[in-house]
Amino acid sequence: MKILKNIALSDTGFVFNPSTGDSFSVNPIGLSILKDFKDGKSEADIKKRLLSEYQTDRETIEKDLYDFMKMIEQLHLTEYHEQA
Amino acid sequence: MNKRKLTIAVTGLNNIDSPGPGIPVIRALKDSTKFDVRIIGLSYDALEPGIYMHDLVDKTYQIPLPSAGQQSLLTRLTYIHNTEKIDVIIPNFDAELYNFIKLQDTLKEMGIHSFLPTLNQFEERQKWSLPEFGSKYGIEVPKSKMIHSIAEVHTLAYEFGYPLVVKGKFYDASVAYSPDQAMGYFNKINSKWGLPIIIQQYTQGTEVNLTGIGDGKGNLIGAVPMRKTYITDKGKAWAGVALEDPKLMDIAKQLVKGNKWRGGFELEMIRTTKNEYYLIEINPRFPAWVYLAVGSGQNHPEALVQMALGENVAPFESYASGKMFVRYSYDQIVDLKEFETISTMGEL
Repeated sequence: MKILKNIALSDTGFVFNPSTGDSFSVNPIGLSILKDFKDGKSEADIKKRLLSEYQTDRETIEKDLYDFMKMIEQLHLTEYHEQA
Repeated sequence: MNKRKLTIAVTGLNNIDSPGPGIPVIRALKDSTKFDVRIIGLSYDALEPGIYMHDLVDKTYQIPLPSAGQQSLLTRLTYIHNTEKIDVIIPNFDAELYNFIKLQDTLKEMGIHSFLPTLNQFEERQKWSLPEFGSKYGIEVPKSKMIHSIAEVHTLAYEFGYPLVVKGKFYDASVAYSPDQAMGYFNKINSKWGLPIIIQQYTQGTEVNLTGIGDGKGNLIGAVPMRKTYITDKGKAWAGVALEDPKLMDIAKQLVKGNKWRGGFELEMIRTTKNEYYLIEINPRFPAWVYLAVGSGQNHPEALVQMALGENVAPFESYASGKMFVRYSYDQIVDLKEFETISTMGEL
């Protein structure tokens, strides 16, 4: 998944899309995932990191990450929507 | 650096819920690094809030309504000029622009400079000419037509479908979802602004606007796009944010290059989910949110004054996206004597 290049991510979890003017707040986990995607990491890399950092099972991480990815896609924060 | 002293007359002091651009333009001029300005407010109504903003407006004069004609306006401006020695005049209302454009050469001979669109530029972007304007300059425009009678509303369902947009010739626009609503808006807008009424196809998408300034030679001197983030029940922006929108900037450049726009302007566009842009209106003056451009790094009113005085201005190269404006209301306490003076003497 490719996050739009011009998305501004603040350390406080504030996310700003300068193309649409939309802004959002994410929690620290969401912020770390967005940063990873922005740095070009793959979904598999992110799953691996989350599994090592949090005491939970693979299934929960896959489900939550999938939900989060769908959400950021719906919020037009991904390149897919930019091209649509 | 010594700032050049100038006396600048500005209209549009109605800083109300549907604000005129006068006060934001004055704030921009007060922020100028080049000019030390004395502001002469020109008002139409004794309750325009700018009249009483003495930190921004040094002196205000009432001027005749546009319907009184050019000669009345000229007589009044001559009187004001004899006292105030106006260097530059900035009209900020669509409805008054025709008179100011027609008078600009006479005013210049008197020493009052302005920087206005030509009459042709002003006329060809009128709401009822927008489809021709769009095709001439290669900009998508929603289908629209003028109607002159309420009986014509019945024909709209077939031609446009519902919803559709009912617009006044100068101001006001409402989305009608049925013929009954369309007739209601027709009557309401007609009673306020007169005929014709413009019917426009409704375009689904996000409204994005751009405030810009052209040098009259085909160059876009400055431009800042904005999305409204809080909208009043009159459809006006109460808050907005400066956008990064290269496609909209390209449209503005293309337009200014094509028609050599002279002066400030506002583009009102709809951006669809497919990233297509439709021009719904072009205003021939700065919008009321023009101070966002100043806050984002481009002082358009200052550039306009420079060009009015015959100076060459280099195009702004950047602005800060993400800058926001948030309006507020404020109760000014006004002495009755002041209201009495502007009401009876026509100046304050």
